[in-house]
Amino acid sequence: MRARPAEYELAAPGTLSAVLSLLAQEPGEWLPIAGGTDVMVQYSAGRLPSRKLVSIWNLPELRRIETIGGKIWIGAGCTYADLCDQEIVRREFSLLASAARWTGGIANQNRGTIGGNIVNASPAGDSLPALMVYDADLILVSAKGRRSVSYSDFHTGYRKTRLAPDELVESICLDRRFSGYYAHARKVGARHAQAISKVCFAALGRLADGVVDDVRLAMGSVAPVPLRLSETERLVKGHRIEPELMRLASRTAAAEIRPIDDIRSTARYRAAVAGNLVAEFLERLSVRGRTI
Amino acid sequence: MIEPPQSHTKCEISFQVNGKLVAVRAYPMERLLDVLREELGLTGTKEGCGEGECGSCSVLMDGVLVNSCLVPALQAKGVNITTVEGLAEDERLHALQQAFLDCGGAQCGICTPGMILAALHLLGKKPQPTIEEIREGLSGNLCRCTGYAQIIEAVAEVGRRGIAG
Repeated sequence: MRARPAEYELAAPGTLSAVLSLLAQEPGEWLPIAGGTDVMVQYSAGRLPSRKLVSIWNLPELRRIETIGGKIWIGAGCTYADLCDQEIVRREFSLLASAARWTGGIANQNRGTIGGNIVNASPAGDSLPALMVYDADLILVSAKGRRSVSYSDFHTGYRKTRLAPDELVESICLDRRFSGYYAHARKVGARHAQAISKVCFAALGRLADGVVDDVRLAMGSVAPVPLRLSETERLVKGHRIEPELMRLASRTAAAEIRPIDDIRSTARYRAAVAGNLVAEFLERLSVRGRTI
Repeated sequence: MIEPPQSHTKCEISFQVNGKLVAVRAYPMERLLDVLREELGLTGTKEGCGEGECGSCSVLMDGVLVNSCLVPALQAKGVNITTVEGLAEDERLHALQQAFLDCGGAQCGICTPGMILAALHLLGKKPQPTIEEIREGLSGNLCRCTGYAQIIEAVAEVGRRGIAG
């Protein structure tokens, strides 16, 4: 059933503090809407859980990117296009820039926001594995104040998060310590643009004296939440990349994910792809990681 | 200043369309697409999927390509919208419109306005795009007739001729 616009309210108070006080007055009643690339789809289909929406699109407080010393703060209201436009994101957080370029098409990149991708909490969100391997912290804000939560602890289950009903994600804080790592991103889907991932993958690695000194792997669309491949990381760390290790790592990755059959793919295909993606990354790391 | 939440009534929303200031009465959650087509009679902007997958409803909002089916009317307050109707000057077609004609880039015509606006947005960033850049710039716009080759050729042609035609 199509939504009837007359049945919905939309407030646009125009400042972050005004939005937060509205959320504080009636926690859980107001659904924030930024660029609408997820919310408007649910709305048009008549599936929106809330009849009251508050616009956070283009709030200046949420659309800043700031670099202070060894850290960068990305406002949650920054669009995918904003991320791609930033030299520091392209250079030092290339996994995030790649994910942003693979999300939707240009029009969706101009409206979809990184905060929206986080709060929408889909296990298939393309930017989420990147946030995981970069150890992102989320700054959450409400009328009562701010708190910081590690992104790795934020998604608690399928489309569930630690965000309180009166809170917004204000910014994403990234540490700049990964710039010397070999970075590798892959999206496996019907196509890059528009298609939702069957599997998406973000990986960072560093070699020292031919041995894997550090490795960080995360995947989307393979579990109810974006998943860090901790067992595979443990297996690989401290070892030389050789064919036997690649085979073992591949099997471990396929075993530690929890994929399902759905409209986009099957659990079996996803497990095979997950293993192959890990092997491909290790192969490239063994060649390219040396020169870093 | 904190405005009270909108009630379930229409409100006045003013913005510019193709250089002209307009004021419409609309529900704040009405889709910009419907406001353009139903209130302003600008039916060049098409509805395809209604969920941001096909790009038929593409318009420029403050110079930036958006899917108008995903923009609530209230978010258009004070912005500058360009639709396909804003491209030709009197009888003189825009260079992109002419190139789509010359190259056979339009068949049934449903995707064409969105394709042209996506191409306009791309050419604003990259006046002489490569074929790869054209493919990426138009990747959010689906066409079921042409097979894309003629559309890509039309945009490449404008890159070669220059957007001023």
